[in-house]
Amino acid sequence: MLYSDKVMDHFNNPRNVGVIDDADGVGEVGNPVCGDVMKITIKVDDTDHITDLKFQTLGCGAAIATSSIVTEMAKGLSIQEAVAITKRQVAEELGGLPPAKMHCSVLATDGLKVAVDDYLKKHGREPIAGEILSENPDFDPHAEEEEAPVDTSANAEACHLHE
Amino acid sequence: MMSDTPRTVYLDYAATTPVDPRVVEAMLPFFTERFGNPNSLYALGRDAYRALEAARESFAANIGAQPAEVIFTGAGTEGDNAAVFGIAHAGRARGKGNHIVVSAFEHHAVLEPVHRLEKEGFEVSVLKPREDGIIHPEDLAAVLRDETVLVTIMHANNELGTVQPVRELAALTHEKDGYFHTDAIQALGKVDWNAVDLGVDAASFSAHKIYGPKGVGALYLKRGTPFEPMLIGGGQESKKRSATQNVAGATALAKALELMIEERATENPRLEKLRDRVIDGILQMPNTALNGGRDVPRLPGTANLVIKGIEGESMLLQLDNKGIAVSTGSACSSGSLEPSHVLLSIGLAPEIAHGSIRVTVGRFTTGEDVEYLLEVLPPIVERLRAMSPVYAKMFGASS
Repeated sequence: MLYSDKVMDHFNNPRNVGVIDDADGVGEVGNPVCGDVMKITIKVDDTDHITDLKFQTLGCGAAIATSSIVTEMAKGLSIQEAVAITKRQVAEELGGLPPAKMHCSVLATDGLKVAVDDYLKKHGREPIAGEILSENPDFDPHAEEEEAPVDTSANAEACHLHE
Repeated sequence: MMSDTPRTVYLDYAATTPVDPRVVEAMLPFFTERFGNPNSLYALGRDAYRALEAARESFAANIGAQPAEVIFTGAGTEGDNAAVFGIAHAGRARGKGNHIVVSAFEHHAVLEPVHRLEKEGFEVSVLKPREDGIIHPEDLAAVLRDETVLVTIMHANNELGTVQPVRELAALTHEKDGYFHTDAIQALGKVDWNAVDLGVDAASFSAHKIYGPKGVGALYLKRGTPFEPMLIGGGQESKKRSATQNVAGATALAKALELMIEERATENPRLEKLRDRVIDGILQMPNTALNGGRDVPRLPGTANLVIKGIEGESMLLQLDNKGIAVSTGSACSSGSLEPSHVLLSIGLAPEIAHGSIRVTVGRFTTGEDVEYLLEVLPPIVERLRAMSPVYAKMFGASS
């Protein structure tokens, strides 16, 4: 398994690490049992554009790199554009991810979606992010893999459910 | 302070070892000059045959076996597979029952064959080690049956380095007329290993863990042990493993073991000192713990700890940036969603097991290497903990 140079760059020099104290929206997804948790805080201006993002991630190289790049990708976007970022786009932006690591990019896009919805809810508005993939009990993080082993044990099952 | 010169510090000797130059020297003639097939009758073949048998005699003598009880193989995994399938099938055919006992923290080279036998209809008892990383004989006694055909328990665990009471476990198995196999791949050369003294029926070994090349190993099969070969063909290795023998590899394996035994009296205490320095150094960081008991029998070079609140793969990558090679039991390092089955088997919670680090020192490790690790690791851990959204919540703010 090899990481691309861009993954390693974002892993070694993650952008936008930290917490925005007066954040307009907060998203926390993942589960320590599964080894990965991501928290993202965002600032949104009065035209619904994301002006700043910071993240904290407990996780592997891919989890940190996808968190980092998603903060770069979303900066300056409208909240509608931000929630439309797909895990595939995140992976492509990083120059690809190993098959077994594709689910890490789900965590990054989900964290962003939850933060946007949190912002909307705080303002009494309807959520727009739609399904939070990693919170769906049927979510299979290995769905797009071709070679990774399928693990059906109890802990692996629990890890399909990011709380 | 850290210098700017890039350095490589290899601390993963349980994964593999560099081939000792003395071993390389011993095996070289068999590639280009003494290249004969040991099964050919002419002079070149006889020369290769004599070399092969000299390697067998040396290796057998060094494990307390008869030469006829040593089968050269192509890998440690092959020996494990051959022993588990070969003894279970042949033992059952000979009238033993169809019950197998396997420890929960075996290498996958043993676990997967046992799983396949279970699908074939064998009954399997999975024996858990205790928190200290040891399979206690009374726990084996509780699951043995009259129908038990095979018990397979590794001699030294590859992740923890804990050494199992193989003599007692084998004796208990024999009380039920079962056969006892041990995966001795990590133990070979590091502990005093004598087949007769231990009383095992089968054991698998590998060369590349003891400064020999990859792709060669051996299976000890006590005379009279039922065995159905996996590889059939030309009938080499007393029909137990057909294939033209790897004379260079067998020579290397024998030489590698000779060197391990020759140097053990001075090398083991040296490694224990380095290992204990690693353990004590890592334990100085907050929220860390040793995996497996400290006072149980352990390999001299293996240290396995948890560094709570981090994920092992990211630590491994950061250490790699500094030229240090170690391993981890985190899920992400394996490509599955589960952390190490070994760490879970001794009772670690998954969220703790994700932060494990295994450091194994060996023949070419120096005190400087260990100090370099202990200098580089704490800032990496601090940085990763600071980046975690849950570290403070889970383990308190201090890092």
